[in-house]
Amino acid sequence: MAAATPTSYTDKILVTGEVAEFSPAVIEEMKAHVAKYPADRTRSALIPLLFVIQRERGGWLDNPGINFLAQFLNLEVTDVWETATFYSMFNLRPVGRHHIQICKTLSCKIMGEPEITDHICSKLGIHPGETTEDGKYTVTMVECLGSCGTAPMMQIGFDYHEDLTVEKVDKILADCK
Amino acid sequence: MEIKAIGCEPLSLRRVFIKDGHTLDVYKKDGGYKSLEKALGMTQDAIIQEVKDSALRGRGGAGFPSGMKWSFVPRDSPKPKYIVCNADESEPGSFKDRYLMEYDPHALIEGMIIAGYTLGSKTGYVYGRGEYRYLLDIMDVAIAEAREAGLLGKNILGSGLDFDLHTHTGAGAYICGEETALLSSLEGYRGHPRMKPPFPAIEGLYACPTIVNNVETLTSIPQIIEMGGIAWRDLGTEKSGGTKLWSISGHVKKPGVYELPMGYADMEKFIMEDCGGMLRNNKLKAVIPGGSSVYIMNAGQIVGQNVTLDYEGLVAAGSMLGTGGMMVMDETVDIMETTKNLTEFYKHESCGWCTPCREGTDWLVKIFNRISIGEGKPEDAQLMLDICDNIEGKSFCPLGDAAAWPIQSAIKQFPGDFKKWLVDNVKTNGVAPNV
Ligand SMILES: Cc1cc2nc3c(=O)[nH]c(=O)nc-3n(C[C@H](O)[C@H](O)[C@H](O)COP(=O)(O)O)c2cc1C
Ligand code: SF4
Ligand code: FES
Repeated sequence: MAAATPTSYTDKILVTGEVAEFSPAVIEEMKAHVAKYPADRTRSALIPLLFVIQRERGGWLDNPGINFLAQFLNLEVTDVWETATFYSMFNLRPVGRHHIQICKTLSCKIMGEPEITDHICSKLGIHPGETTEDGKYTVTMVECLGSCGTAPMMQIGFDYHEDLTVEKVDKILADCK
Repeated sequence: MEIKAIGCEPLSLRRVFIKDGHTLDVYKKDGGYKSLEKALGMTQDAIIQEVKDSALRGRGGAGFPSGMKWSFVPRDSPKPKYIVCNADESEPGSFKDRYLMEYDPHALIEGMIIAGYTLGSKTGYVYGRGEYRYLLDIMDVAIAEAREAGLLGKNILGSGLDFDLHTHTGAGAYICGEETALLSSLEGYRGHPRMKPPFPAIEGLYACPTIVNNVETLTSIPQIIEMGGIAWRDLGTEKSGGTKLWSISGHVKKPGVYELPMGYADMEKFIMEDCGGMLRNNKLKAVIPGGSSVYIMNAGQIVGQNVTLDYEGLVAAGSMLGTGGMMVMDETVDIMETTKNLTEFYKHESCGWCTPCREGTDWLVKIFNRISIGEGKPEDAQLMLDICDNIEGKSFCPLGDAAAWPIQSAIKQFPGDFKKWLVDNVKTNGVAPNV
């Protein structure tokens, strides 16, 4: 495969429907990401910017957010979706305010993950992959997060919670506002 | 969790034990950025020679000699050149780069500046996995400190060298640790691997010469410049120079990150003594020594076998060093379930680009699911081996091989655990036998 070559899409951006708006501070933040890359390689900022959009749009990627990003980077809407749908950290559906991501890979598994998962799910009354009715929690099973030495572990949002026990989990959930 | 050096002075782990070692002030007081000054007084060829002499082999898993890789970069090419640090660390069982970035971000920055000077690059990127957000924040602070102090940016330390560094985030895709997939991702695309050759050293980021090195590889560079390549090599063995970080997890009393000299003897002592022995004093059953993408070993391949911990030692013992992510399992673990767990990982992480890996891992998971509800058949073992044979060596990138190896080695080393499910199996209404 030849190395990817960015193209200018200025004349043919396919944006239909609503375009999200962002505060000047957020626009500045986005520009700071774009500035890290050569001027003709702004597509490189796509993944960092998708995280910004996801954060600003309530934890998931909606059409207005993606439309904005396509315009911002001079890309086709489909180019943005093409990249966004590849990566598991981008949510294509709304998630709860607290996104609980439990590692299910080997070291966590043999160190007690099943018990932790059962405890969390029965406490919240949902299965992995589901969101509580009040929109507060989503539980997702994920692959190894680089904390195998402190297994079992989970990540809530971007925060690592390690060496989990049932008691520790209760305390962490109680602290989720 | 333990963080400790055994059999050597802490070198990569040195700053873990120094309060505020992650700050520029403390790093400099501890001799930091002295190697950069020294390197700036050396010729590029002399630096590459030191790295070659050091017998440093890439710590990202493949173990490719770093000095040789650096020598492939066409330094006289008119194109810009890039230094990319692979901080994707997503290999199950590996968690060493995390602590290097947390405790010693300036060592990584210093290593990258030296690489930039040596290879004629003005720009570097640290590609961290998306989940490591807090580490990228730490790196951003350290980068800002270095820029402020004139260690990054224009005319570094008055030497005329320009080099700047940025962090970049992935977003949850193991395949983006593979260097060409990483570059696709860094360009804003899906993380699909690219054809090699051309290798990144010739055509990498934006089709320009690019060096992709692991965090631990790059943090070793200042050590090598400081000590000299030969002295650094002599910490380890002739073919595997220096010290190595091992991340050990699973059923040991003291999991953690350990720094050992290459060639450490031996693996049994490391697990049974240095790591405190087996949790609950159970019997050792299996070890995956190098992150999940290597052959699984049974206790008999380790106990009493004097397995040395270096590239050659682990190959001789029937596996590989990989990333040094050791996962230890005791007798309570069912290896069919272990293999199922890892196959689910590879199926989830297959990027979908090529058929053998995409379809093969999916099919394997379906078979494992059937086996785990008590519907395994005696011929399933051979069926799985046949599928692995159609993945291994026939996939576009090494992820395919990595998916096949655990299954092939598990069936070979733990036939009893498969026989239990496939042969002795009694149909029990969807409830698995023997559990
Ligand atoms: C599927 C796959 C995943 C990989 N993941 C990583 C990783 O997370 N970190 C890493 O440094 N190297 C990883 N590698 C190895 C890289 O492709 C590459 O060899 C390495 O970054 C080169 O740096 P080094 O020579 O310093 O080891 C991976 C390779 C494959 C095939
Ligand atoms: S082997 Fe798997 S991960 Fe690699 S290119 Fe093929 S589908 Fe993608
Ligand atoms: S196996 Fe769970 S963090 Fe690595």
